Amino acid sequence: MSHRSRELTVSGLSRVEGEGALRLTMRGGQVERAELNIYEPPRFFEAFLRGRSYTEPPDITARICGICPVAYQTSACNAIEQACGAVLDPPLAELRRLLYCGEWISSHALHIYFLHAPDFLGYPDAITLAADHRDVVERGLELKKAGNAILEFLGGRAIHPVNVRVGGFYQVPARGEFRPLAERLRRALDLALGTVQWAASFDFPELELGHDLLSAHDPGRYPIESGGLRSASGLSFPAGEFPDHVTEEQVPHSTALHATLDGHRYLAGPLARYSLNSSALSPAAREAAASAGLGQGCRNPFRSVLVRAVEVVYAVEEALRIIGSYQRPDRPAVPVTPRPGTGHGVSEAPRGVLYHRYALDADGLINAATIIPPTSQNQAAIEDDLRQVAEANRGLGDGALTSLCERVIRNYDPCISCAAHFLTLTVDRA
Amino acid sequence: MTHRPAVVIGVGHPYRRDDAIGPTVASEIAQLHLPGVRIVISDGEPVSLLAAWEDTGLAIVVDAVRHEPPCPGRIHRLTATHLAGDVSAASSHGFGVPYALLLSRALNRQPSHLVMVGIEAADTGAGSGLSEAVAAAVPASVAAVRAELDSHLR
Repeated sequence: MSHRSRELTVSGLSRVEGEGALRLTMRGGQVERAELNIYEPPRFFEAFLRGRSYTEPPDITARICGICPVAYQTSACNAIEQACGAVLDPPLAELRRLLYCGEWISSHALHIYFLHAPDFLGYPDAITLAADHRDVVERGLELKKAGNAILEFLGGRAIHPVNVRVGGFYQVPARGEFRPLAERLRRALDLALGTVQWAASFDFPELELGHDLLSAHDPGRYPIESGGLRSASGLSFPAGEFPDHVTEEQVPHSTALHATLDGHRYLAGPLARYSLNSSALSPAAREAAASAGLGQGCRNPFRSVLVRAVEVVYAVEEALRIIGSYQRPDRPAVPVTPRPGTGHGVSEAPRGVLYHRYALDADGLINAATIIPPTSQNQAAIEDDLRQVAEANRGLGDGALTSLCERVIRNYDPCISCAAHFLTLTVDRA
Repeated sequence: MTHRPAVVIGVGHPYRRDDAIGPTVASEIAQLHLPGVRIVISDGEPVSLLAAWEDTGLAIVVDAVRHEPPCPGRIHRLTATHLAGDVSAASSHGFGVPYALLLSRALNRQPSHLVMVGIEAADTGAGSGLSEAVAAAVPASVAAVRAELDSHLR
């Protein structure tokens, strides 16, 4: 039986050679495996955090990803606060949720407009899309900037916010200071609703995923900054039991670990979040979803662009709700006194559940750290999608098959920790 | 004569060894407190780059680069014409400076002038701290940025 591999280099997963390859293993004319090599250095950060103070993970882990730093900060804070027995004052918890809304808006707008939408409109990228539909790309830009405005206002800056600390914030704004931000978000709500309407007109390939789904669950509201866990297969457990259900294992082809849920493949992210929590969306977001043709759940990864658009509507509305009821907290942070023990924290990063665990000693030094990002949880599911697509299109040449596989990957926009960009110079010095 | 402001943008990641050269040089320039010069640290995300350089007279991007054959620490002066390249991406995390520049042009939001000071990297693995050769290039890189600013502000 013939057995051969095709290696496709997938663009833009990394600028570093060897960190963005997709290997297809074919046996007897069938695609047996698809292996995606995504650079993922969690072990570096886990080692880097050992011996450091319990106050440091929010700042250090924020550097893992420039697109979802708030997710890393929040999961770190949740875990350390749990280990220390600290509970945020309700107004501070609301501010944390507001900051996270900014990240959802910013990250989703980037994914929808600058990565995903061109696939449905027949353009290779948003740059060529802008040449024909500048107004569309400007709308995406404005929406992303509205998210960045929350991050800058509350977090101190859009990339790697500096105002977040274990127990809350370093500074909290006065009520009146929110006024310009609220005005901007009211305009952004129209842009967000327009985005859902626009995305609903896309032509979506038919595909239904059979994977189990895992999402945070926050009773009574859509999960963002905290919660327990719930799966489509009926599991329900607190963050502290995450290690009992989710196990990571090293695979030879990738620096990213692969996670399983009770031994099986699963998917986290917008499709899981929406399918398991859509009834908790606001009335306007639910109405936008229904008008776009989304039901109670969605298992088509191509339609994830719609789910993200609905989540942007929700995040803008939620941000306005929090700002509308805001009263300056009595204190910017609750005291967090270290004690020996282990804490677990989850939050819903734009691309799915992000889990942190820290073991502290009596002095608040970190003995052990574990970080499980959405990338490692979703990698097996993405590879299965790729295998199916490659199998159905195995007669294509490398170029066409690479393009198709890239489109599948863009459905997920996998989080690439520590993404580094290096311009490779070709300089003619003649 | 009044000048539109200038911006120095250090692009890179602090935990990818020599990729931190851009932010390192930008931070050194910040210490000079030059009037009319803004300092921005960026991870290369294109919308943030666009926001950083639109409406500026001069944008200086400081970033790690690769070159074959390599000469770690060597400094390259590049202009916008050098930066056009493949901008296809399977992840938004893969966007970089060339993507941001082309997007700026498409939206007519590019700076009047753009210069990249590129420093050849030796070690881009996970970790903090510059390699010896790249650390040794910091003073010359700062001087190269200052020369561009002086030329613009003269």
